[in-house]
Amino acid sequence: MNLAINNASLLFATALVGIALIVVYKEKLGLGKDILIGVVRAVIQLVAVGFLLGYVFNLNNIIVTLALVLVIIFNASFNAGKKSNGISNAFKISFIAILTATSLTLVVLLLSGAVLFIPSQVIPISGMIASNSMIAIGICYRNLNAKFKDQRQQVLEKLALGANLKQASITIVRDSIRSGMLPTIESAKTIGIVSLPGMMSGLMFAGVDPTYAIKYQIMVTFMLLSTTSIASVMASYMAYKEFYTESKQLKN
Amino acid sequence: MEAPLLKTTNLEFEVDGKTILKGITLTIEKGDFLTITGPSGSGKSTLLKIIASMLSPTEGKLCYQNKPVEEYEPTDYRKEVSYCFQTATLFGETVKDNLTFPYDIRNQPFNEKKALSALKSVGLGKEYLTKSVHALSGGEKQRVALIRNILFMPKVLLLDEVTSALDEENQTIIRSLIRNLNQEQGITIVWVTHNTVEIQSSNRIVHLVNGEMEEPK
Ligand SMILES: Nc1ncnc2c1ncn2[C@@H]1O[C@H](COP(=O)(O)OP(=O)(O)OP(=O)(O)O)[C@@H](O)[C@H]1O
Ligand SMILES: [Mg+2]
Repeated sequence: MNLAINNASLLFATALVGIALIVVYKEKLGLGKDILIGVVRAVIQLVAVGFLLGYVFNLNNIIVTLALVLVIIFNASFNAGKKSNGISNAFKISFIAILTATSLTLVVLLLSGAVLFIPSQVIPISGMIASNSMIAIGICYRNLNAKFKDQRQQVLEKLALGANLKQASITIVRDSIRSGMLPTIESAKTIGIVSLPGMMSGLMFAGVDPTYAIKYQIMVTFMLLSTTSIASVMASYMAYKEFYTESKQLKN
Repeated sequence: MEAPLLKTTNLEFEVDGKTILKGITLTIEKGDFLTITGPSGSGKSTLLKIIASMLSPTEGKLCYQNKPVEEYEPTDYRKEVSYCFQTATLFGETVKDNLTFPYDIRNQPFNEKKALSALKSVGLGKEYLTKSVHALSGGEKQRVALIRNILFMPKVLLLDEVTSALDEENQTIIRSLIRNLNQEQGITIVWVTHNTVEIQSSNRIVHLVNGEMEEPK
């Protein structure tokens, strides 16, 4: 492997932060403090995660590995829930959706042999799945909120005609699922042309033959399509009900 | 004696600490043709929405066929006590999307013949079925919206100023349609209106002022 980075070269890379700081001060952007906080946090968080992952990879224990996957899912759910802008039970809904999306996709990958049940594979893959689910769910929530606001009167009309909650919301739910899946589908279209995704770049960086690296990337692309569709469908179908009261009226 | 079809007892509705309706005690018998009038902001629409179970009263009771409304499945209740909004909003893309909806929610196949004759009864030709909802005038929307409520006949029809966007001629058409529903099919009508002709054609008038009821005896 030609991985030549060392602490000295990292120190030189600090100069790059210096460039950002110079821009900020010259243009009076007032972001100097944020950059410093960002840099310090990035270093501390990454060092901590690096040690933690190193330890877990060495330990190679099923329970610890699964526990870490659960922590990842928990964090992703928490962040997706924060994006819900007041949808009740958003954390619970996100957790169920991300847990299902991650487990299902992971099981398929493990059964197919594409991913081995070792921490150094299961954990990064789970992270990718969970974070993409989190982003998809966040988009679904944003879409649900926007559509229930825009189309409030239409929904009310449907309810008044005797529609049940699903009948009154189905066009909004479908729209929200579509919006959650769309970024992944769009990025699948331009992959390799516009962006060299992280997984593939990482493998090539580590000296893996590009033809081998793309196999992983193809797997990741398929995996993310499955993941974002599961997560979007589950979150949207659970979340729309939260827009109604017990007596099947639209909230607020 | 038969129990009244609908009965409200001391209904009160409050939003953000503001009282919008209070002490509404109202009995509606089967076959009634009741008009509700009153100044703008007096709570007429709010009262209809409560009767339609689109809003829940803060205080008081609403009974339908001698049973509290909360004991009915809202979707069933709203099919029987059907509310037609003051500002008609259509959904979907075409008029047809709106007219198939009542069939869809009942899992029944769309009856195009019936829909066309309903359109005709409010003065809209069959070319309207495929028209885009964005291409309709306010009065046309109002009439399409009204048809949605009566493709499957409700027991009670709650009409919220449904002729406000219509010209004299179409007002007359809608009025006689509603009167027929009441007289020939026995549909109970509760009609919010400012129109003197409509007020005169009813058999009971309730006047709302500042959320309170005045019923002339
Ligand atoms: N959701 C709500 N939040 C706050 N205030 C409301 C709400 N709904 C109605 N109101 C207020 O309640 C009062 C009665 O409203 P309502 O729509 O019932 O009046 P209305 O008699 O139908 O008037 P109009 O003849 O203009 O249609 C109004 O002052 C209105 O601003
Ligand atoms: Mg009104």
